[in-house]
Amino acid sequence: MVHEQLKQYVEKIPNKLLEELEAHCPASKLKKAAEKLCEEYLNANIAPGEAVGLISAESIGEPGTQMTLNTFHFAGVAEMNVTMGLPRMVEILDARKSISTPTMEIFLKSPYNKGKDIRDVALQIKETSTSYFVKEFTINVTNLSIELNLDQEKIREVHTSVKTLAKALEKALVKEASIKLVEGDNIELKLKGKDEKSLNVLYKLKEKLKDIYVTGIKGIKQVLPVKRKDEFIIITAGSNLKKVLELEFVDTTRTVTNDIHEINSTLGIEAARQAIIDELLKVIEAQGLNVDLRHIMLVADTMCMGGSIKGITRYGVVSEKASVLARASFETPLRHLTNAALVGEIDYLDSVVENVMLNQPVPIGTGLPRVIAKK
Amino acid sequence: MSKIDITQHVLVPKHSKVSEKEKKELLQKYSLTLKELPKILSNDTALKSLDVQEGDVVKIERNSLTAGKSIFYRRVAL
Repeated sequence: MVHEQLKQYVEKIPNKLLEELEAHCPASKLKKAAEKLCEEYLNANIAPGEAVGLISAESIGEPGTQMTLNTFHFAGVAEMNVTMGLPRMVEILDARKSISTPTMEIFLKSPYNKGKDIRDVALQIKETSTSYFVKEFTINVTNLSIELNLDQEKIREVHTSVKTLAKALEKALVKEASIKLVEGDNIELKLKGKDEKSLNVLYKLKEKLKDIYVTGIKGIKQVLPVKRKDEFIIITAGSNLKKVLELEFVDTTRTVTNDIHEINSTLGIEAARQAIIDELLKVIEAQGLNVDLRHIMLVADTMCMGGSIKGITRYGVVSEKASVLARASFETPLRHLTNAALVGEIDYLDSVVENVMLNQPVPIGTGLPRVIAKK
Repeated sequence: MSKIDITQHVLVPKHSKVSEKEKKELLQKYSLTLKELPKILSNDTALKSLDVQEGDVVKIERNSLTAGKSIFYRRVAL
């Protein structure tokens, strides 16, 4: 709770500073200290008209030149790659729809986070297709059928049954084949319809069979249980936040993905903004660089202004600019100018670039204030 | 489909609807028109439990890394 004497500053100074002041300052000197703090804080504020965007661009761009161009970075023991460095940064800032290495960090509820059945849980999350369960495919040429010799242990491992496997196959192959369970819990597939090409079709069917989805969560290609601090989490290659959050053993409050668009669609735009900040910070810190947080926050805010994520590209943020000349100065100038001419757009010259082009003072810094005559 | 409460997620800050009176005060304080506020789409998942319509203003209490807690406003748009 804020002290009585600090009440008047609540609106003026951020909460964090007030709390710090209260914790460290003796009550007798509180008033004086608060006064001084307020003064210092206002001095530290950025001046109106300062070109903050330009400063941010420089502050992020300069360390960018020192970043490694390596795409890959090994995270942990297993052969899992995560895109880091400059390519990842470009990916985030461009707001790419499909990123090169989507990963998730899945936190688990107790008691699973202490390592109970961790392997089991991980296997349930992983997307598994038919080939994982099959020991051997036997093709019977005379009957035009395929017999699948199943590995019962693996089926038990991921908590499914032969029946669900058969159902999945049936659903995927309604047109091509009929499915029958045979002795020893194996599955036999018989081709529907007979003609000369059947044998070829049979071989094609066998290949198709291997990739039929059975259980797990679609999109999760690899799972890796790791211990972080004193709990177990699961790191994945591939991402599907919505489906993972629906699982009962997953801690829905902390599980995250590095796919920002996915966060936007499942958790909303504010979560996406926070995710952009977190991801950018992660990249910068991993390179041992240091960029002030405020620059990153400005970029994230700009990208999330319109309610959806817009990249810093000619299709994203730049296309939102009001001025024709400003848009033309970024990329594809001819197209912007011809389109503007077609619909008769008006440029009000409210911003920087267009005024530079026309050799006029720009409305930033000392160029911002205007003189108003007294009547 | 099981319902998940996404408002409990660490990435999701607290969203709340701003009353008409507060909205007026807010716009006056910063001398803004409603259109100048940043947008949040009406089908945003964080708004599901709030009863908001287009033109409403949503107050967002972010956990800022610099200021501890910062307050942000967005207008609901289609």
